[in-house]
Amino acid sequence: MTTENVHRTIETVWRIEQPRLIAGLARIVRDVGIAEELAQDALVVALKQWPEQGVPRNPGAWLMATGRNRAIDLLRRNKRLGRKLEEIGHDIETDAPPDPDEALDDHVGDDLLRLIFTSCHPILSSEARVALTLRLLGGLTTDEIARAFLVPEPTVAQRIVRAKRTLSEARVPFEVPRGEEMAKRLSSVLEVVYLIFNEGYAATAGEDWIRPQLSQEALRLGRILAQLAPNEPEVHGLVALMEIQASRFAARVGPKGEPVLLADQDRSRWNHLLIRRGLAALQRAESLSDALGPYVVQAAIAACHARARKAEDTDWARIAALYAALGEIMPSPIVELNRAVAVSMAYGPAAGLELVEGLREEPSLVPYHLLPTVRGDFLEKLGRKDEARAEFEKAAALTRNGRERDILLARAAAL
Amino acid sequence: MRFMMLMIPGGYENAEPGTMPDAEAVGPMMKYNEELQNAGVLLALDGLHPPSMGARVSFKGGKPTVTDGPFPEVKEVLGGYWMIDVRSREEAIEWAKRCPASENETIEIRQVQEFSDFPEDLQQATAGFTEMHEAAGRKAR
Repeated sequence: MTTENVHRTIETVWRIEQPRLIAGLARIVRDVGIAEELAQDALVVALKQWPEQGVPRNPGAWLMATGRNRAIDLLRRNKRLGRKLEEIGHDIETDAPPDPDEALDDHVGDDLLRLIFTSCHPILSSEARVALTLRLLGGLTTDEIARAFLVPEPTVAQRIVRAKRTLSEARVPFEVPRGEEMAKRLSSVLEVVYLIFNEGYAATAGEDWIRPQLSQEALRLGRILAQLAPNEPEVHGLVALMEIQASRFAARVGPKGEPVLLADQDRSRWNHLLIRRGLAALQRAESLSDALGPYVVQAAIAACHARARKAEDTDWARIAALYAALGEIMPSPIVELNRAVAVSMAYGPAAGLELVEGLREEPSLVPYHLLPTVRGDFLEKLGRKDEARAEFEKAAALTRNGRERDILLARAAAL
Repeated sequence: MRFMMLMIPGGYENAEPGTMPDAEAVGPMMKYNEELQNAGVLLALDGLHPPSMGARVSFKGGKPTVTDGPFPEVKEVLGGYWMIDVRSREEAIEWAKRCPASENETIEIRQVQEFSDFPEDLQQATAGFTEMHEAAGRKAR
């Protein structure tokens, strides 16, 4: 193997192994920042040794063993960590299994789950959680995260440094929360994963490749999480939601990069493998609990669209009922507006109009074009042209998207 | 990026109908599959019955000709596949390297063509697939 090839192999192995490595080392040193540094140290040793001695047969175990030795050295040397050494040094020496493979297999799942919960700890800001998660679990570089979120690199670097310091200073335990704490902490994890997914989903064609890649990272994290926490219905709900949304990637933009609405998408471009996986994950979620959480319900809505081979086949009555259920667990004017659209599709524009009348005073919707657009649409279908025109014009004045404004003004003019 | 890891077991071209994988090899292979799944990269996988249970349809002269397996002239045949979702070709290769395969097995790695890989004319040519599918469904009924 040439040196260049070895380096490429090291880089690839590193990308694959880094999260498990950091997680395993964090269990020893109980600090994700130090664990990351130790993992980096192991990488440096690999970069020096592998080109000379060849890539080991089990590179992941090799990195773990190397990092682990460094961790133990550090614990012995560092007075700052002296207290921790007393607590856990004993475990390390007496429980140390001779086979590094075995050590990996025994703990890797739990460690990874601990790392996910720590990176997504509510003590951190949402931006910090996202950055730290992508760094420690996605293995993205600071530069890649910065490009993905369209912010300067030093900002991301700062966020990560501060996040690690905050976790360290607050002595956040490296563990999976239990009991009542679990539900709250899990929702923080799911929120981070879905945030990452949506950031990628919002990216348009022609942007830096790293942005759409975010959705793949989130999907992978979700799939990993589903393996690690197989009894949590909301985890499977989120995975289902992401798989189904990702199935539409190829269909959601037109040849000129313009967004294509769900109803107008060429459904043959949907990825049916991802749809199948999404439906299976949804089924799993529904089988685990009767009380449906917000991600399961959103996935169920996405599934209604995914099951319809043609837009006309969509089961709008079921979607309307699901939005009503979503409104119960996660009340929001946007959910209510979506319900109104579903109701109008299922039971006619008059029924939809009745629902949006109740939203007209809703302050959070006032600055947006969504409500007048939807209301205009219902009025148009009911043949109330003057009122519809006024609503489309109002919506056109509110939207900040030029293309959308043109469409709204055209609809107003056509009446 | 999606990749197919295509398993090509040596000698499978001559395998008797109903040949099943070696019981000893199944354990490590299951563990490997689990590893792929735990890493969030596995999308799908399947094993295939030997060619002696299959058939080939060739189109020499523009007409379909059916030949029942086995196919003595074919040197390498598929035994199964994994479909994985990874960040790079290198990552796909790295995962293949970790497969507990036996000495006479080969894994071929091939990237799945995504719709966006197609040039525009080809995208347009494939656009009517739904309608075709619908028409076929109606005819069958």
